[in-house]
Amino acid sequence: MAHPLEAAAGPAARARLGGGGLPAWAAVLGGFGALWLWGRGVAPWAFDYPRALVLPARRWIGAATRWLLNEADFGLFTFTDATRFIASVIDLPYRLALGALSGGFPAIGLAPMGWVGVVALAALIGHRAGGLRLATLVAACFAFLAVFGQWTSAMVTLASILVAVPLGVAGGLALGLAGHRWLWFARAIEPILDLMQTIPVFAYLVPILILFGFGPTAAVVATLIYAMPPMTRVTMLALARVPDDIRDLGRMIGCTRRQMTWRVMLPSAKDRLMVGVNQVIMLSLNMVIIASMIGAGGLGFDVLSALRRLDFGTGLEAGLAIVALAIALDRLSQAFAERAALPLAPAAGRGPVARHPYLAGALATILAAGLLAALMPAAQTYPEALRVTTGPFWSDLVAWINVNYFDSLEAMKNALLLNLLIPFKRFLAGLPWLGVAGLLAFAGWRLGGARLALIAGGLAVLIAVVDLWEEAMVTVYLCGISVAIAMLIGLPLGILAAEREGLWRWLRLTIDTLQTLPSFVYLMPAVMLFRVGDFTAMLAVVAYSVAPAIRYTVLGLQGVDPRLVEAGRAMGCTRRQILMHIRLRLALPEILLGLNQTIMFALSMLVITALVGTRDLGQEVYIALTKADPGRGLVAGLAVAFIAIIADRLIQAAAARARARLGLAAGGPREHA
Amino acid sequence: MSDPALHAAQPLLVCRNVWKLFGPRAAETLAALGPDPAPERLAAAGLVAAVRAVDLAVGEGEICVIMGLSGSGKSTLVRCLSRLVEPTAGEILFRGQNLLAASEAEMTMIRRHKMGMVFQHFALLPHMTVMQNVAFPLEVQGMGRASREERAERMIGLVGLAGREHFYPRQLSGGQQQRVGIARSLAADPELWFLDEPFSALDPLIRREMQDEFIRLQSVVRKTIVFITHDFDEAIRLADRIVIMKDGAVVQAGTPEEIVLNPATAYVREFTRAVPRSKVVRVARVMGAVEGPAPSGSVPARATVAEAAPLFLDGAAALRVLGDDGATVGHLHRDAVVVLMLGG
Repeated sequence: MAHPLEAAAGPAARARLGGGGLPAWAAVLGGFGALWLWGRGVAPWAFDYPRALVLPARRWIGAATRWLLNEADFGLFTFTDATRFIASVIDLPYRLALGALSGGFPAIGLAPMGWVGVVALAALIGHRAGGLRLATLVAACFAFLAVFGQWTSAMVTLASILVAVPLGVAGGLALGLAGHRWLWFARAIEPILDLMQTIPVFAYLVPILILFGFGPTAAVVATLIYAMPPMTRVTMLALARVPDDIRDLGRMIGCTRRQMTWRVMLPSAKDRLMVGVNQVIMLSLNMVIIASMIGAGGLGFDVLSALRRLDFGTGLEAGLAIVALAIALDRLSQAFAERAALPLAPAAGRGPVARHPYLAGALATILAAGLLAALMPAAQTYPEALRVTTGPFWSDLVAWINVNYFDSLEAMKNALLLNLLIPFKRFLAGLPWLGVAGLLAFAGWRLGGARLALIAGGLAVLIAVVDLWEEAMVTVYLCGISVAIAMLIGLPLGILAAEREGLWRWLRLTIDTLQTLPSFVYLMPAVMLFRVGDFTAMLAVVAYSVAPAIRYTVLGLQGVDPRLVEAGRAMGCTRRQILMHIRLRLALPEILLGLNQTIMFALSMLVITALVGTRDLGQEVYIALTKADPGRGLVAGLAVAFIAIIADRLIQAAAARARARLGLAAGGPREHA
Repeated sequence: MSDPALHAAQPLLVCRNVWKLFGPRAAETLAALGPDPAPERLAAAGLVAAVRAVDLAVGEGEICVIMGLSGSGKSTLVRCLSRLVEPTAGEILFRGQNLLAASEAEMTMIRRHKMGMVFQHFALLPHMTVMQNVAFPLEVQGMGRASREERAERMIGLVGLAGREHFYPRQLSGGQQQRVGIARSLAADPELWFLDEPFSALDPLIRREMQDEFIRLQSVVRKTIVFITHDFDEAIRLADRIVIMKDGAVVQAGTPEEIVLNPATAYVREFTRAVPRSKVVRVARVMGAVEGPAPSGSVPARATVAEAAPLFLDGAAALRVLGDDGATVGHLHRDAVVVLMLGG
């Protein structure tokens, strides 16, 4: 039953802001131009934010952290006690998981499962989730890890995920349930969730590093914080989407609150919740890799140290191992999500073994693998002699490319740098901060009214106030160019794929796979060919952020009402006219959302490219991480989040207006980085 | 079908002046605006009236059909009756007990044991089999597995789904899914049975079949029923009494016969226009006095004229009309039938 008031707030209020925009825009742009060209002499403070007025936010945050660590006391326990407690809660299951997977438990003389056991167990889980095909794929991925000598590192990474995922799912579920039950709670966490999803991951690695120290525990905490917000969102959304009839049914048959939650609501929302679980798994993997900077170890650390040594072969091999792990985990969790949507066959036999064949199988596998490993050490640890390594091959390949094509690659890089990147960077750096903030506020006012104007202008001013304007402009420049290139690639590809089912199927598989890869992996090939610098960063960002540009273009074009296309054809439009006047016009809101996601992806990748030596906000955060300076890291991280929020809100408002003008229903898919 | 007049004296459920307003501070505003505020004044206060000043009495064993188009407030009203939606003002008496004064725990017990509900979109839980779905209300009450499955088994048999106990909802057709919904709503043996547009989501042919099934079921279970529909023909077919709603208020209430013969407003007349009189008018209304020679054929007084008409095909000029006790209460003349049928 729809609430009658929900329909009341309509697009009419928004449409009012729309008309007669051109003269106003011209006036504002004229004023901005005047300020930019002639303002430096009159009002230098509009270009360089006065030093005396800088807000010492980073000092305050640093002091607050010190206070928390050294003095905070909640009566019964201190803050340090609390963090130690959390650390120990996480540490125990982590040790158990790691011991079982690869380390063993020397204290009680128990050996680990060994690679044969783990591969067999993974195949068994794959078989349960998706039959023989998935079992083969998963087993192949895990065997790859063993054969290419990545086993130990991969198991360290896997152990972190095995600990982080259940905690992340449970935590997200609990927060989501609370948000569903109490409206005030949902309202309170909404802005926090927004911030958590836009703030770059590096930024909260710093405080976690300080609170939890260097090591796998800190990495798991960071992973939890990173993966919980999407699960919370998905839970609230899934519960809100449970049909009213089902909810009424629960009350009508007199369910208690607990019965309502566990027997009615959560099972009814299961399909959607499983999508959230898949997200948690993939985000955890991404984060565990990044968290190698604060001691997660594992595959991420291998990539990181290879990157630092510029040892491409090793780095790429570890990167491929991450890819194998990502594919296995993604396909497994997706298969489980799809299974949740299918009816289960009723349990046929009696007795515990017949009723739980897979559980029995898993126990048998573990026992058999244990026995086998005890008899045959090769089943325990993959024999060194049989290992394959492609590292030297990759290194040679890079060397060969650099010997033979160095000049042409270098020429291409320099041409782009000199003609596009550097001029654009100079242009942005020369803009007055006051003018940019004013322009953003004006855009916000035109698109969404006073509230949006305040958000867009206010956040921009805030960036200047904490003295990060220059770094922010470098971020905007890199992000802007990367997004433009990603859209230039994504739009035509999307237009092509939208009409060709075969091409789209192939393209979708590719971008789905690309999106499961942790962002770290993207750096490796770019660095190999172009070494460090802005150009390399741009390549990695484009590669990472092109997927949503393609996906949303295709979805938008395919979502256009086929009757309208038919009507166009009946009127005698050419294919080109149909594309330009009907399909692209109607798909515009969706394409705008794609642009939005592309920007979000680009920003999250951009921060990671600090590793290859950019000079933007990401670098600030990275430096803060190496210096363990929580104030500097958080402030710079927040500045990135502000840029993301400004872009997000403006584009969302533009998309909503485009949708209202076309008379389309509100809402659309949102995918998240 | 039972005669509503017999039950008017002992209603099971009574609503008095029930209001449901959506919007800020609804109850205070309604109290301040006086007994029957005009819709414009409510709108000016930022309130939307879903149910306005509804009075209703449902007799024991009666089928009361609430008919209205979408947005007429009928679904909100039926949810007010079980307090799934909290009414803004008014009184709802169930066996004399005011439900609006009942605590949440009391309400839970009443819903568990005294009320059953069938939903438009079935509201079956996708992760449970037919058996588990039907037994779920009993499970919630804490009944043991053996006895609840035994009872669910009987209900599944009653709605004609025996043999499909272990199917999942998505393996069933729409009609079959609603049969499961019906079985579930009857599992706890409620006194009051709410059906919220139970057949609206079904194809016309299946809908007809389910209406017949519903009539058959009611002859077995004999519940007191509040049935919601937007389909006037369905209302005519099933109702002992019809309540027509528009914009949250009751426009007219009465037997199908009364409504078709004397529509209270132009709005109601729009619905009744297409209904053949002969299908709702009962023989008792058009019969003449007992006079002259007794005709050989006979017809029950409660039959509709359309049901009596074929009996004249053998050339008879009149029929004896029999009351419930079998005594002759009047004579039905061929001319009276012809006049009614030709008159529309």
